[in-house]
Amino acid sequence: MVPFAGWDMPVEYAGITSEHMAVRTRAGIFDVSHMGEVEIAGKNAEAAVRRIACSDPAKLKVGQAQYSGLLTPDGTFLDDMIIYRMAPTHFLIVVNASNTAKDFAWISEQIKSVGEVAAIDSSSRYALIALAGPASREVLQPLTAVELGEISPFWFAHGEVANARATIARTGYTGEDGFEIFVPPNMADRVWQALLESGRSVDLVPAGLGARDTLRLEASMRLYGNDIDETTTVLEAGLGWVIGWSNETFIGRDCLLAQKASGVTRRLVGFEMVDRGIARHGYRVMQGDTPIGVVTSGTQTPFLGKAIGMAYVPIDRSQPGSQIHIDIRGRAAAARVVPMPFYKRPR
Amino acid sequence: MTYPDDRKYTKDHEWVRFSGDTAEVGITDFAQQQLGDVVYVELPDIGSRVTAGQSFGSIESVKAVSELFAPVNGEVTEVNDALKSQPEAVNKDPHATWMIKVRVSGDGAAADLFDSAQYQGMLG
Repeated sequence: MVPFAGWDMPVEYAGITSEHMAVRTRAGIFDVSHMGEVEIAGKNAEAAVRRIACSDPAKLKVGQAQYSGLLTPDGTFLDDMIIYRMAPTHFLIVVNASNTAKDFAWISEQIKSVGEVAAIDSSSRYALIALAGPASREVLQPLTAVELGEISPFWFAHGEVANARATIARTGYTGEDGFEIFVPPNMADRVWQALLESGRSVDLVPAGLGARDTLRLEASMRLYGNDIDETTTVLEAGLGWVIGWSNETFIGRDCLLAQKASGVTRRLVGFEMVDRGIARHGYRVMQGDTPIGVVTSGTQTPFLGKAIGMAYVPIDRSQPGSQIHIDIRGRAAAARVVPMPFYKRPR
Repeated sequence: MTYPDDRKYTKDHEWVRFSGDTAEVGITDFAQQQLGDVVYVELPDIGSRVTAGQSFGSIESVKAVSELFAPVNGEVTEVNDALKSQPEAVNKDPHATWMIKVRVSGDGAAADLFDSAQYQGMLG
């Protein structure tokens, strides 16, 4: 167990590699109750969410979810988040645990001018269990009357799981099919145990933060604090597809529009090591003796069996196939820029 | 896991087994447990010198990288090349998986070495 944003979190149960492989081939469950929840409700909730989110939440139907960014006026990330539209005038936003207090303060301040809307930090009202892997549906279906086949990716439904009131969302952070299950905290243990029991036939395993990190990296999902933060814009992070340009009211839009017109000078890319070695967060990308970029995430991935990572590099080095060098503890190791995602699940 | 009596241990969780003037060096079961799944072991070239208490290589698991510290002074005479393709051997059988063999030189001070009981006492 390690301390993480005020929580005691399991890094691994049986081992990162075996947990990672279980999620790719069968199923795993993660206790991600540390994630923060902010709810925005009131007559002008949609206008309020459109102000603080860089996607266009107006496009969300009730029961639908959207990946988005909470941005500074400079178009950089205060956080990334998933927005769930619970009702026409009620949104649930899931944010990173370590940012919850900062996000809530920012959101509360920014929506004041909108009026007739309120934000509450309801993090303590939800436990969150993420079930992921190709066998997710067959593990969860026996525990709920909700017809899981009718929940499309990035949609959700309300119902019960193991007789506990639950919101079941087809969202996740591993690159696999799966469900994120919101339950009242006093029901979390019951649901966790029921999932373990139901998953026995497919050899479901509990998985920790370590596997969550290697899985999301293989799937090229950005990690706040590593790959994106208050110094990196949405466009630099290669997340332009997240921007809802039809939303003309979001904070940071002007800067992103200007950056889009002028073009970014650096970009987050995926790379594979050519030389032996593993690039880690914070290692420098070098051109001769000159640092030209920085590695934001890197590991040896269990499923692909390669040393991969993400790095910010100058735009002229960002094309797939470009050769870069990474300073691995004093040694310049060659790597190659590759398209992301590294891993895409078979459908 | 037991810590064999046929060798010595360091506070940095390496083990060293002497045979004449040669010493085999590996890491302990405790060390491999702390590291988790080992994916890469970087070792020195044959013929290079190692110095007690100083880094002779590195070991990487999925989650982290750690230095390997030499328990003795000397010259590297053999390197376990099998670890290039099978680094997981360190997890499976840490006390049977040597990393380097060193011809021990008499000069200079060795690192503090502990016997099995002392080492296990340090682990608590």
